[in-house]
Amino acid sequence: MQQEVVLAMLAKEPSQGYQLRARLNDALGPLGEALNAGQIYVVLGRLEKAGLIGLDGDATTRDHERKVYVLTAMGQERVSEWLAEVSWPKPDLAEFHLKLIAAAQAGLADPISIVDAQRRELLRRLRDAQRAEMEEPDGSDAALLLEGIVLRLQADLRWLEACEGTWTTRRRKQ
Amino acid sequence: MKEEAMRKEEAMTNVGAALLRTEGLRKEYGRDESLVRAVDHVDLEVARGETLAIMGPSGCGKSTLLHLLGGLDQPSGGELWLNGRRIDHLSERGLANLRRREIGFVFQAYHLMDELTARENVELPALLAGRSPRRARQRALALLDQVGLADRGNHLPSALSGGQRQRVAIARALVNEPLVVLADEPTGNLDSAATLEVLRLFDHLHASGLTLVIVTHDERVAATADRIASMRDGALVDETRLTGGTQGNLRDLISLER
Repeated sequence: MQQEVVLAMLAKEPSQGYQLRARLNDALGPLGEALNAGQIYVVLGRLEKAGLIGLDGDATTRDHERKVYVLTAMGQERVSEWLAEVSWPKPDLAEFHLKLIAAAQAGLADPISIVDAQRRELLRRLRDAQRAEMEEPDGSDAALLLEGIVLRLQADLRWLEACEGTWTTRRRKQ
Repeated sequence: MKEEAMRKEEAMTNVGAALLRTEGLRKEYGRDESLVRAVDHVDLEVARGETLAIMGPSGCGKSTLLHLLGGLDQPSGGELWLNGRRIDHLSERGLANLRRREIGFVFQAYHLMDELTARENVELPALLAGRSPRRARQRALALLDQVGLADRGNHLPSALSGGQRQRVAIARALVNEPLVVLADEPTGNLDSAATLEVLRLFDHLHASGLTLVIVTHDERVAATADRIASMRDGALVDETRLTGGTQGNLRDLISLER
């Protein structure tokens, strides 16, 4: 889990670990399964060590039975920086592209069957994401995330269609 | 409603038996040099209660195939069977009867009558099939309720959103309790949210035992099917079964680790 995500979730108000986890679960819905229960506490430990968060002295019990975390000034600044950052995951298509080329050049496998197998896998993922989206109640935050996943899978499937078209034409020319 | 319950029961007990079947089905246009094989020896089986999606690039013949399956067009050759009856040689009149009673159609552009209300649009095929006005109305109201439009019955199509119009069109397709519903690009005119509305409805109908064949190039629609047939140059070239097998884990859809 990216540290900045946990840090930013804390910006709303001083909170305990379980409250942060609940906020993440609300935002992620069924995809929150990807969060490992202990993970958030590991991240909180790291953030504390880095001086980005501290314990809220008033709300935290003396025996640390209840720990309420709060952003430090440095943490506040880090959150602002993170919000302003323009980063975006890059689509990783080169590996699959090279797989098709290598398979065709070496005559080891039929690129079109590789595309077919990949398409099946993506269609299954699309089905799962879409089912999950359909089950979300109106106005759910998680539905919006699921829609993004569905749209990306759709784009990948269209690219696979283009791969199939090109490799089919090449095979015919041979 | 009794009829529908019986049909449903029949559909449930016969899951797996082919309801719709083609053998070497062909449709050609032109001749000699300019011969176009729009549908080229297609062998296809659709089981009762199954949802089949037919995908392929535009011009691959998928819409022509759907028109043949629904008796909207006559094949050049091959066999077509519906519910154990051969239907490729029916007369125009026989085909009209078939289309009215046994097959429901859903089109990309809805094809609703603009001057009729939603309810009247749904009623119309029932009246044409000889149902009493009272029964037709009851059936239409029940179907509008089923597609989530109980409160829109008196609206004209122009007062409905695209997704709502398509749901009215689906209700109309169901009014005569067809054996199979054939849909041609049912989400082609719809945005993402309206597409989801229609997919939810298909999912619901699938669960109640409806047999559905959908021609589409929308991957989202295809992903809700039990099986996807890919078509290219008039022929079926690949088949993907989506039900059964591994049910994916949602956590694999995103990565939160770093």
